[in-house]
Amino acid sequence: MAESKKMYLNMGPHHPATHGVLRIELELEGETIVNATPRIGYLHRGIEKLAENRNYQQIIPLTDRLDYASASANNMGYCVTVEKLMGIEVPKRAQYLRVIMAELARIMGHHLWIGTHALDIGAMSVVFYAFRDREMIMDINEEVAGYRLTPTFFRIGGVAHDATPKFIEMVRDFVKWFPKGLDGYHKLLTENKIWTTRTMDIGTISAEEAVNYGFTGPSLRGSGVAYDLRKAFPYSSYDDFDFQIPVGDKGDVYDRYLVRMEEFSQSLKIIDQAIENLPEGPVTVDNPWISNPELDEVQKDISALIRRFMIHVKGPVAPEAEVYHAVEGAKGELGFYLVGDGSEHPYRLKIRSPCFYLASALPRLMIGHMVADAIAIIGSIDVVLGEIDR
Amino acid sequence: MSYKNVIQTINKKFPEALVNECENKGQREITLAKSQFYETMRVLQENPDLPYDLLIDILGIDYTPRTPRFDLVYVLLSTKDFSRLIVRLKAEEGEEIPSVSSIWHSADWAEREVYDLMGIPFSDHPDLKRILTWKNFEGHPLRKDFPLEGKDFDKPFDPETIEDYT
Repeated sequence: MAESKKMYLNMGPHHPATHGVLRIELELEGETIVNATPRIGYLHRGIEKLAENRNYQQIIPLTDRLDYASASANNMGYCVTVEKLMGIEVPKRAQYLRVIMAELARIMGHHLWIGTHALDIGAMSVVFYAFRDREMIMDINEEVAGYRLTPTFFRIGGVAHDATPKFIEMVRDFVKWFPKGLDGYHKLLTENKIWTTRTMDIGTISAEEAVNYGFTGPSLRGSGVAYDLRKAFPYSSYDDFDFQIPVGDKGDVYDRYLVRMEEFSQSLKIIDQAIENLPEGPVTVDNPWISNPELDEVQKDISALIRRFMIHVKGPVAPEAEVYHAVEGAKGELGFYLVGDGSEHPYRLKIRSPCFYLASALPRLMIGHMVADAIAIIGSIDVVLGEIDR
Repeated sequence: MSYKNVIQTINKKFPEALVNECENKGQREITLAKSQFYETMRVLQENPDLPYDLLIDILGIDYTPRTPRFDLVYVLLSTKDFSRLIVRLKAEEGEEIPSVSSIWHSADWAEREVYDLMGIPFSDHPDLKRILTWKNFEGHPLRKDFPLEGKDFDKPFDPETIEDYT
């Protein structure tokens, strides 16, 4: 028999199954992966450096571009952190609207995940159904903010403006429709023999190891650790809602799949409760340094005009303090470490991206598996490169 | 209180390790000295009372012109009761910090990122290379003396000049 020789395979950065510009150098023996080296940085835009030169309101659109598949969830993380730093209490209605937007974003992110994950493995039709339902959320984003993918609906101290009756109606329609759509995905995949063969016992990681590798979010819960920031450190009124944290036990690709599928319905449950119990009241905090005066007032009153001008050219000022706050993004713990220096710019903003740590564990998950399984593993940890490279 | 036990254990084992302990906006925070830093971090991860087994993040903050110039911040989390602990370490420019990647795997890339963007080197790191920028990139972008826009800002970006790790 001929001696086996190692082969080097370069996967990416333009490979459709790497979900962006991730490059992985694979070292193969036959078709088995013996070593894998992820290379990142192709999408590095220097968001942290840019943030040091923008005022606090101007950073919100930058955070949209982190995990662009679920933009509102990033806005939530950033805004809540800044409010903690400045000591602002957001009105209840704004908190509920934020929860609705963040959960819709989570569902949107999971739609992209289920569609592409199944497509990579070979189940072509799922992506069409997922994108049909994702389109409904895009329409909701468009209705409420004018943008479809990156709505930037959040502001420091609240949300941009109140929700329209049409928005509420659209969200209700989605909540009513989506269980049927979700049922469809389950029918296509959950007990599908090809799907289970391709995903069970692939990329298995134990709870202890997953913790050591810095896993958070659905990927950690797939390994059986019930760590969800919405329960562990409730923010933005999440303790008002009744929902469960789904966990897996083995920590393979299939478990991570099941956890995310259950998260669809849990998020839906939260949206349903939030939209039905939406409190009345203002949607921005009543603070002259932060909230814009009414347009009507601006046209009649010079001091209101000056105030509006000052808010837009200078922006809110943060005290000299440091704060770390994290929220449950669609991929895991999305943290912001914010250092204020008494000016209108952050002195330092560090974004803790969950995908960065998930991607660093790719060699651990891949070694010993086939090349085709590598695709399933990348899909199962659901990396978005906008967030890894920042 | 198991957190108090952890602090006591550290104080007993390494009397000079703990420089400061405080609470900042409801967040527990300790400052460690560089001597015995690695051993103290290992105690934090391994102690049975309250193991801080999840390293959430590592970041550097540039306080130039202060000396020591940098603050290194480690954000830890315990999956036992889901409480956070912030560990702070002051670092001079060019001073090597003991790597904790043998305690937490997640520190591997996190330290590479701090090295790349902030220029803080780590000793005993298995593979200390730039991660977000490329091999022959000059400077460390998140330092305060690195300009947001510079004299070569309008120069076309030439991918041919880039050397990458092999």
